[in-house]
Amino acid sequence: MSTPTASSGRGGRFVRRIAGRLAGSEAVPGDTWDAVLLARHQDRPYPLDYIARLMPDFEELHGDRLKGDDPAIVAGIGRYHGAPLAVIGQQKGRDAQDRAYRNFGMPSPEGYRKGMRLMDLCERLEIPLVTLIDTPGAFPGADAEERGQGGAIARSMLMMLRLRVPTVAVIIGEGSSGGALALGVADRVVMLENATYSVISPEGASAILWRDASKAKLAAAAFKPTAANCYRWGVADAVVPEPEGGAHSAHDEAARLLDGYLSRTIRELQALPLAERRRQRRERFRRLGAMREATSA
Amino acid sequence: MSRRPISISIDRLRGKRPATGPARRLPGDERSCPHCQSHFRAEEMERNCYVCAVCDHHFGMTARQRLDHLAGGEPWEEIGGELRAADPLRFVDLEPYTERVRAAEAKGATEAMISAYLEIEGQPCVVSAMEFGFLGGSMGSVVGERFARAAEFAVARNVPLISVTSSGGARMQEGVLALMQMAKTIVALDELADARLPFVMVLAHPTTGGVWASFASLGDVTYAEPGALIAFSGPRVIEQTTHEKLPANFGLAERQFEHGHVDAVVDRRELPARLGRLLGILEQPPRDESQSLASQLAQNGSERAARMAQALPSLSRRLRGRPADATYHPSRGHSGS
Ligand SMILES: [Zn+2]
Repeated sequence: MSTPTASSGRGGRFVRRIAGRLAGSEAVPGDTWDAVLLARHQDRPYPLDYIARLMPDFEELHGDRLKGDDPAIVAGIGRYHGAPLAVIGQQKGRDAQDRAYRNFGMPSPEGYRKGMRLMDLCERLEIPLVTLIDTPGAFPGADAEERGQGGAIARSMLMMLRLRVPTVAVIIGEGSSGGALALGVADRVVMLENATYSVISPEGASAILWRDASKAKLAAAAFKPTAANCYRWGVADAVVPEPEGGAHSAHDEAARLLDGYLSRTIRELQALPLAERRRQRRERFRRLGAMREATSA
Repeated sequence: MSRRPISISIDRLRGKRPATGPARRLPGDERSCPHCQSHFRAEEMERNCYVCAVCDHHFGMTARQRLDHLAGGEPWEEIGGELRAADPLRFVDLEPYTERVRAAEAKGATEAMISAYLEIEGQPCVVSAMEFGFLGGSMGSVVGERFARAAEFAVARNVPLISVTSSGGARMQEGVLALMQMAKTIVALDELADARLPFVMVLAHPTTGGVWASFASLGDVTYAEPGALIAFSGPRVIEQTTHEKLPANFGLAERQFEHGHVDAVVDRRELPARLGRLLGILEQPPRDESQSLASQLAQNGSERAARMAQALPSLSRRLRGRPADATYHPSRGHSGS
């Protein structure tokens, strides 16, 4: 665990900007880019940091029982407020070696299949599921393609949609592309205050839409991927506050704030009848979108 | 169907490949095969289902051509045809999204997918066909909604759903709302599964990104057209990210078949017969009325009414936050309209 004192001086500036965003003011490009950088801050807590604070008794599971284990996804079961809870999270590394080991948080099909293994366990043992999303996207590799990257993401979404247990998806850092959404089809989808959620990373969009790798800032401003905007669009159901200065400046406090939201939300979801919970989950994703109707069709 | 060459270009007869400069302009609707340079008139193309009569190269097809082909020239009934793209992010890259949409609409298509009720070889079904010519067949809110309405229409009529994909993936200009369409298609397929109805996929060139990573990967039976690129990440992205040297046939239908990701590679000229036969195999004999359709539909109906009622209180809150030029459609139950 790092001690991010060096960066805490930037906190005041960030907080002011975040306050402006949450108040609904129109973001200027620099603001959005700051949000992207903050969501990717190397000292930001990752799933294992939250797990260590929220669930001292945690059993991590490894392997997809088909091919191997993907370190970009951690999955396991822990004791949470007197009951079992399952967690699937996208894990990045902090130093160069660890980053490479975690493949920069870009999951392979084995990672999603390990997650589905855990979802199956949740279903049989009636254990609620929390996913912690933080990825620049699923890994783009030839091997990953041949082992079914697309199908793994699609099946992970379908399996999450069908679960009979309560599910909460938390975007804790950067949620980019289908690689993030694979773990995001939950009863409640929430974002940490400084998290981002988008169809593609700003760098990817820059290369494709601007045909110029250096336009990531412009892309970020165009996508407006902040928590406040995602809440406004109905993509996020709630925004969980972070400690002053951002989650990277105080991991314990960040975990405490998330704990407050999670424990209450899981209780609320458990109080709903199963049929109602599933109806709401489907309806939540069924209605998302923006379109016009032709006047004379 | 004849495979005899219908017309061959002069260049090819002379063994000459066209110069690599600007493509030779062909009169009217005539097209030249990118693989063997054979040259066909529009009516020859249509007669051969837009497949090269010399080398079997499968040309792209518009969604309308695809539906006409599958319906055997019979009329089809469009579902959700009134839906048009909005611009929720007021998105501008090299040009404004609204301009891109306007230019794409001016070419004749209304969006990157057409859903329709039709019969394939006498088998009634719903088909969602994608239009690569409309912004690269990208999946935005309208594509997601038309797909969902197709599935709901199929449930209402108790018929199978077929989708023919041709798409570069999610429509980036609609941002995270485009991403959410992947989940919307999954919800639609889950409703289809609840009604015990089959979903048949036909992967046409290309099927990539968020389309391959959502409904296109979930066919109960999955066919692919010869030579179609099928991938989550395209070859260019992979080469740039990992610096891998990819084989020439990377991601192509034939290789995806070898790796177990598709059930069969089917020549387009045989597709209607193959689909018709498959739907015939899957057709259920009439069931005992006491536990069948009528009671199921009644149940569905009340569920749907409850859903609509549920959507009402949230409507005003959602409208307040919407961008000025976009209309949100939080309600549903339009299927069948
Ligand atoms: Zn040819």
